[in-house]
Amino acid sequence: MDLLVQQLINGLTVGSIYALVAIGYTMVYGIIKLINFAHGEIMMFGAYFAFIFAFMFPFDLPFVLIIIISMVLSGLMGILIERIAYKKLRKAPRISALITAIGMSIFLQNLALLIFGATPKVMQPLITGDPLILFGYNISRLTLTTIGLSIFFMIALTLFVRKTKPGKAMRAVSQDQEAAQLMGININKIISLTFAIGSALGALGGIFYAMTYSQIAPTMGVMPGLKAFIAAVFGGIGNITGAMIGGYIIGFIETFTKGYISSKWVDAIVFGLLILILLVKPSGLLGKNTKEKV
Amino acid sequence: MKKLAVLMTIFTFAFALVSCGAETTTAGTGTDTTALDPIKFGVIGPLTGDYSMYGIAVENGAKLAAAEINAAGGLLGTTLDIIAYDSKGDTTEGVNAYNRLIENDEIDALIGGTFSGVTLAFKSLAISDNIPVLTPTATNPEVTLNADNIFRACYTDAYQGSVAAVFTAETLNATNVAVMYNRDDAYSEGLADAFMDEFDARDLDYTAFEFGASDDDYNAILTNINNGGYDAVFLPAYVAEVGAILTQASNLGLDIPFVGGDGWDGIEADYASVAEGFYFANHYAKTDTADAVQNFVANYTAEYGEAPNALAALAYDAVYAMAQAFTEAGSADADDVITALAALEFTGGVTGSLSFDENGDPIKSITIIQVVNGEHVVAAKVEA
Repeated sequence: MDLLVQQLINGLTVGSIYALVAIGYTMVYGIIKLINFAHGEIMMFGAYFAFIFAFMFPFDLPFVLIIIISMVLSGLMGILIERIAYKKLRKAPRISALITAIGMSIFLQNLALLIFGATPKVMQPLITGDPLILFGYNISRLTLTTIGLSIFFMIALTLFVRKTKPGKAMRAVSQDQEAAQLMGININKIISLTFAIGSALGALGGIFYAMTYSQIAPTMGVMPGLKAFIAAVFGGIGNITGAMIGGYIIGFIETFTKGYISSKWVDAIVFGLLILILLVKPSGLLGKNTKEKV
Repeated sequence: MKKLAVLMTIFTFAFALVSCGAETTTAGTGTDTTALDPIKFGVIGPLTGDYSMYGIAVENGAKLAAAEINAAGGLLGTTLDIIAYDSKGDTTEGVNAYNRLIENDEIDALIGGTFSGVTLAFKSLAISDNIPVLTPTATNPEVTLNADNIFRACYTDAYQGSVAAVFTAETLNATNVAVMYNRDDAYSEGLADAFMDEFDARDLDYTAFEFGASDDDYNAILTNINNGGYDAVFLPAYVAEVGAILTQASNLGLDIPFVGGDGWDGIEADYASVAEGFYFANHYAKTDTADAVQNFVANYTAEYGEAPNALAALAYDAVYAMAQAFTEAGSADADDVITALAALEFTGGVTGSLSFDENGDPIKSITIIQVVNGEHVVAAKVEA
């Protein structure tokens, strides 16, 4: 029983991170129907930003400020990437935009390699202190913060999309760009906003990933990025709630496979799942089955 | 105008990416006053990429030894050059580097490769080229088997793994151990196998936990270990993985000793707090008071601005040992040098004395180090 609860907490931690990153994939897809493969690299840059402001900055900044600065910078980076690489391709065939996204991903990885070098940077957990005891279980503060802040931002995002005007505009653009434009919505602004929010949440995921696993490297975004992408597809790509659920499910599957079967099987099971979803329910858990327009 | 600026930036980066891939360096040339060609030792190691810390240490150690030999009058009446090429830790790149050293640079001997995988990849070429090879750091048993011209300066994976098992069983009194190793890495698996064989022979209990090279999340495995009632964890892996694993273990509140191999060397630089009190087998201890060790540490630190790790020490000793073989052979003739190597009695090295058995494997002592307050402390010394 003890072991099961501990493994559940482990799964919840990984799942929170995957969910945060998966939101970025799903939001961008929802708006411009693009799988943004550079998203894992934004996650990586988010972690580097946090590292810079935590350990290379002349002043000691509080943890919350480090997170906010890194998220804002990553959000701006997301906007910039969209403006430079994707905007011109909005009307182009989807395969062109997809290949551009892969190119962007490789470019950003190598950019990080050039700036920060290949040697992994060691990320000290910025949240220290004795583990807290909850219901008789020792849980580290970092784990609690990861899970808590992730859930907080997910609720905030859901409220934002459902209750606010820009959120409504976002939903409108994802349903029909031209109609939304006719209603007076500035599409460029909404797309930028989507990239900014998705990238900021991805960066948050990256920061937690780096703190939990203690290292930052230029290639760190590749595997979690892929897993988060699977989570987004699993939940129904384009659906924000689906991405969150997908993230947690992938997190649990991974942890329980490692804990109860063997770590050998993790990638086989997770990627096998992707194939299975695409075969059985291509629209994902919560995705709507829409016919492709010809 | 804006577009132009963006394009220019992209081209600049692209060019920088291309040009940084082709970096090669030579050193230890000194002033060449003799008419003779310099004697050339090649070095192959990962100078860039994830494992660059190992290759750079080997290059630095080799160049320091060559600079000292040149300052003391050179070798066989001429100077000693070290030519180092990057393998990126990759077998194909390693074979390319080997071919360049043989064909373009016409080296007289090879100090390398740094990794077992790379060394095995060019082994058959090296046998047919009959070039004297002394690898400072390739620990895989296959490296020296059935190869008269290939020697090594470090002990093997198997030897190291069983010594770690003896230490864990006898000094730590462990009767039930978790063995956590990287199944994608021959080094890690080699040590783990030898460790488990030794535990089998002693009729002690152990459980194997595998992980993969692409894993970042070890919490699930560590949670199982934490709940399994083990006396110790044997973790033969390299620093980057060990650091991540120990950090996660400490977050989970895991409170049992970890034991590792020489891949742990340098753990105290970034992970002193999480590695505190843990043990690993190594080639030498920085804190050893012997003159050879202290001079080497001082000279290396003065030259490169950081304390040397064990790989640097092994490369340094390997160059001196190879130079001694050249002196004893009296020429740079490959057959003479190989004969001299086989009969070598090298003493006063940083990593101890060195002579070779019939396979070309070293007969030398092994040091078990404990991390105490972020320093290496000799916990035990096991003679071969």
